Amino acid sequence: MSKNLFEKVWDSHSVRELASGQTQLFVGLHLVHEVTSPQAFQMLRERGLKVMHPERTYATVDHIIPTDMRARPFLDDLAEQMMVAIETNVREFEVPLFDMNDQRQGIVHVIGPELGLTQPGMTIACGDSHTSTHGAFGSIAFGIGTSQVRDVLASQCLAMGRPQVRRIEINGPLGAGVYAKDVTLHVIGALGVKGGVGFAYEYAGEVLDRMSMEERMTVCNMSIEGGARCGYVNPDQTTYEYLEGRAHVPKDAEFARAVDWWQSKASTEDAEYDDVVKIDGACIDPTVTWGINPGQSCAVGGTLPRPQDANGDGASIAEALEYMGFEGGQPIAGTSIDVAFIGSCTNSRISDLREAAKVAKGRKVASGVRALVVPGSHDVRDQAQAEGLDQVFRDAGFEWREAGCSMCLAMNPDKLQGREMCASSSNRNFKGRQGSPTGRTMLMSPAMVAAAAIQGEVHDVRDLLS
Amino acid sequence: MTEISSSIRNTIVGSVVPIRGNDMDTDRIIPARFLRTVTFDGLGEHVFEDDRSGGGHPFDEAKYAKAKVLLANDNFGCGSSREHAPQALMRWGIEAFVAEAFAEIFFGNCVALGLPCLKASAAAVARLMAAVEADPKLVVTCDIDAEQVWFGADSIQAQVPKGARQQFLDGSWDALGQLLDQPEAISAAAEKLPYVSGF
Repeated sequence: MSKNLFEKVWDSHSVRELASGQTQLFVGLHLVHEVTSPQAFQMLRERGLKVMHPERTYATVDHIIPTDMRARPFLDDLAEQMMVAIETNVREFEVPLFDMNDQRQGIVHVIGPELGLTQPGMTIACGDSHTSTHGAFGSIAFGIGTSQVRDVLASQCLAMGRPQVRRIEINGPLGAGVYAKDVTLHVIGALGVKGGVGFAYEYAGEVLDRMSMEERMTVCNMSIEGGARCGYVNPDQTTYEYLEGRAHVPKDAEFARAVDWWQSKASTEDAEYDDVVKIDGACIDPTVTWGINPGQSCAVGGTLPRPQDANGDGASIAEALEYMGFEGGQPIAGTSIDVAFIGSCTNSRISDLREAAKVAKGRKVASGVRALVVPGSHDVRDQAQAEGLDQVFRDAGFEWREAGCSMCLAMNPDKLQGREMCASSSNRNFKGRQGSPTGRTMLMSPAMVAAAAIQGEVHDVRDLLS
Repeated sequence: MTEISSSIRNTIVGSVVPIRGNDMDTDRIIPARFLRTVTFDGLGEHVFEDDRSGGGHPFDEAKYAKAKVLLANDNFGCGSSREHAPQALMRWGIEAFVAEAFAEIFFGNCVALGLPCLKASAAAVARLMAAVEADPKLVVTCDIDAEQVWFGADSIQAQVPKGARQQFLDGSWDALGQLLDQPEAISAAAEKLPYVSGF
């Protein structure tokens, strides 16, 4: 029996065991953004500390920035203060910043891979729970809080306990119109929103083998929604082909040596796991959330559960149905929407926009629906524009925006109003998540969001794919 | 900003505020709009803001006003990595948490702030919740070393994982000092990694 990827990467980054029994873990790449870093830099100042490895640290702005009117100073004074803070901090601590005018700017979990900063066999940390995204490359990547951001800035290390490893093997064919988002929502629905607490998830099987890097990123992105702080896919030829030629990836003979090292980190067939779960890909349908956590979902052809029928937590179902204004037993298809949002670190990459554009092409957004498409980065925006996707979306009645987190968490001007219902390609359907304390979110794939925008209600995208 | 200094956290003694419901996420604890700030100051007054707007929230009830221990159900603190969530609760007055389970990043953030999170069975949480709701003035003692929560003559078992427990008991929950203790060990580990030293 041999070690799985998680164990190999953990061991190779272990500096020492601390008195508490935790591991002092070296962090190979630290990504920083404007929301969770200002207090961390201030703590360094107060303790008279420097950033230990500014060359392993990269900052960008994504959470608070507007995706339409980008002129400075921002209309929102608080957002402007945060921009000034990160600009001051990166200057003082000599950390590179990809600001709004930089071609490399975008959502932190989109640009890391795009720039080739994210590589197999690394440890990656960022003050954002969706850092698990980077695990798609066979790295160990996890979200941390601000005090831990301080720790990584000052020491390039974290004090952590080692989690167990669960392999989630998804085999079989995926049907037409079933996307990576449906796979991840299905996994969370099956294992629960806290099923992954204490585990790192290794996603494997034929379905993952066939996926593109962007699809793997969507799956790993939502690991945290299933309770797992980190999720990964073993690196393979698809990974290496994606990486070759990217800005921060080694070139020529070095690239060949890097591939050898990356491959040596992958779990082999005889690797051991603490737990193994098998899922049949053929059972996965386009999936939609109906509740207030990402585990509360059903197939687009399904109906909502009734609290009294629940095996377990009837109270949570009742609370979700009440908040959403739904009745147990009603079909999810046909639910009217007010807003359609395509974007976020889960689903704002070029392949997401291509799939959504296939649905939108030659059709019109239903009257009364506000629809927006927010590319994940400058590069995604430019690529989409080169392919004419922006025009497809505009012709259909979608707004076409600049890169940012936008309405995923709505700390910027993009927000739901009142009890608006949003079909969203983002990752969280928590109460109030999209900026209105009473706003409602249904999570689904970008193609399903496009279908909902066109129909004005939740609709099986397979009907619209010719 | 409050200077964070590590000290021993062996027992937390105080009254309890119960927050019923599973999967209490960080967006509910502190909605994202309050993260538009460069400090953690003032977050305490916005804790559970949207949940409280409907009235009748335990954080608004006078009988729980001085609580130091937050008692919750399953998967408390799920969602975002925002340290603003435990910061807001701490600034409201919470010094320890007892729940059926905690989300992992929330738990880690609490350790970094010196806020013990004790995990108890659903039955034990229900028993303590009933006792607190019957007598909101009930003072409990969270004993980190003994992994018990005492109330009157009664107690429930409440676990703290070994690593975190040790950090509270020896006052090393602010990990940075230890992490900076042996810089040569950090360099040595980094140099063994080809993506640092060169492929």
